[in-house]
Amino acid sequence: MPHWLQLMLDSLAPLLWACLVFTVPLTLLSFAFGLTLGFLTALARLYGPRPLVALARFYVWIIRGTPLLVQLFVIFYGLPSVGILLDAFPAALIGFTLNVGAYSSEIVRAVIASIPKGQWEASYSIGMNWAQALRRTVLPQAARTAVPPLSNTFISLVKDTSLAAAVTVPELFQAAQRIVATSYEPLIIYIEAALIYLALSSVLSALQDRLEHRLARASGLAPEAAR
Amino acid sequence: MIRLADIVKSFGDLTVLKGVSLAVREGSVTALIGPSGSGKSTLLRCVNLLEIPEAGQLVIGGETVRFTGRPPERETLRRVRRQTGMVFQNFQLFPHRTALGNVMESLIVVLKWPEAKARARALELLDKVGLADKAQAWPAQLSGGQQQRVAIARALASSPRVLLCDEPTSALDPELSLEVVEVLAQLAREGTTMLIATHDLRLAARVAQDAVLLEAGEVVEGGPAAELFTRPRQERTARFIATLGHGVVSDQGAEPG
Repeated sequence: MPHWLQLMLDSLAPLLWACLVFTVPLTLLSFAFGLTLGFLTALARLYGPRPLVALARFYVWIIRGTPLLVQLFVIFYGLPSVGILLDAFPAALIGFTLNVGAYSSEIVRAVIASIPKGQWEASYSIGMNWAQALRRTVLPQAARTAVPPLSNTFISLVKDTSLAAAVTVPELFQAAQRIVATSYEPLIIYIEAALIYLALSSVLSALQDRLEHRLARASGLAPEAAR
Repeated sequence: MIRLADIVKSFGDLTVLKGVSLAVREGSVTALIGPSGSGKSTLLRCVNLLEIPEAGQLVIGGETVRFTGRPPERETLRRVRRQTGMVFQNFQLFPHRTALGNVMESLIVVLKWPEAKARARALELLDKVGLADKAQAWPAQLSGGQQQRVAIARALASSPRVLLCDEPTSALDPELSLEVVEVLAQLAREGTTMLIATHDLRLAARVAQDAVLLEAGEVVEGGPAAELFTRPRQERTARFIATLGHGVVSDQGAEPG
């Protein structure tokens, strides 16, 4: 067996373990929390009272305007100075959640705004109130349009979790760094780590395709027409 | 009886309705005619409070709403909309629900009927508009005329006191509009109270007992439809009817609303 293959096989178990215990949970949790936060932020910006609109804009402005790595450093290394001490994983989770929240709020806002006014009026005309019209008429239609851009956010997030290594979360990329520190084989190990990220992203892309097909079928459109 | 009194509505600097009064008898059909921008659609939308007038009064069933420039209570909105159904120029079916799902929606969500009961009622209505066989079809799979008939069934689902139709045939080719006219005529024969804003003289003459001509936000003339169309009292009415007669042939769907 060639040396490089042996090395890859030997390091596969610790890398997959780090992936499973830290990268995957960090991704799933921060996407779930972030999407919730993004949804609420979008509603605040579209329909909230003026102070809430301002707050939502401020939040999106800060998060989109500063580097994710710097945000993680502020949360993990900075906040202890004011007495807020967080473990590495929760600190990273907060950072990624805030990020997904800001970016997805723009997506949610755009897709909700893209539903024609006539659909709201049709809902009101059959007696629905605002919340019913939103839930029954607008969101199901907006969801379909939102799948591709939200999938982008999700896939970016998987890769961005590698930044958590810098705030001491022992996730996939940090596990790779540790192996490199003892094996002195950066090219092979980092390529292996990259391949694992690639595999994760590919799984998500495939899931996106299936979801798009399903949502397209559920409105009588051929999947091709929905593309 | 549905009664509108002295309705005033403006958008910014533009006063669209300048004190319009109108009554629709229970069980009768009134056609609201008039040139583009005369305020027909706006007046219709004031009846189910999609537009809130600045002044005037709306009486529908036991409900009296006085407009004061403030938005009405939620409860008022709910009660008024429970008594009205609306058919839109561009159908506005819910594209993510089947024909059946569209008709069931108000029964399930608003009236909280059990599924089976709502389904039975919706199928009955689809049958009434001649689309029982299209119950499982998606709006995207239906022709314009079929979509509008589903929209009529949807508007009728919760048994409104009045059916408001905003240019119901204007987005349709003449042949397709005919099937919608047929359905509305049948509803009229059964005693459905309707207020129809329309450009379509064929529709108005066929379906309405009464007609009202609106121009620049004011009522020009109102009365029995047959008389208004054949022996208008006002010069302006005569002129408008003349343009309409021409319009039936060459100008279908010219008005956006």
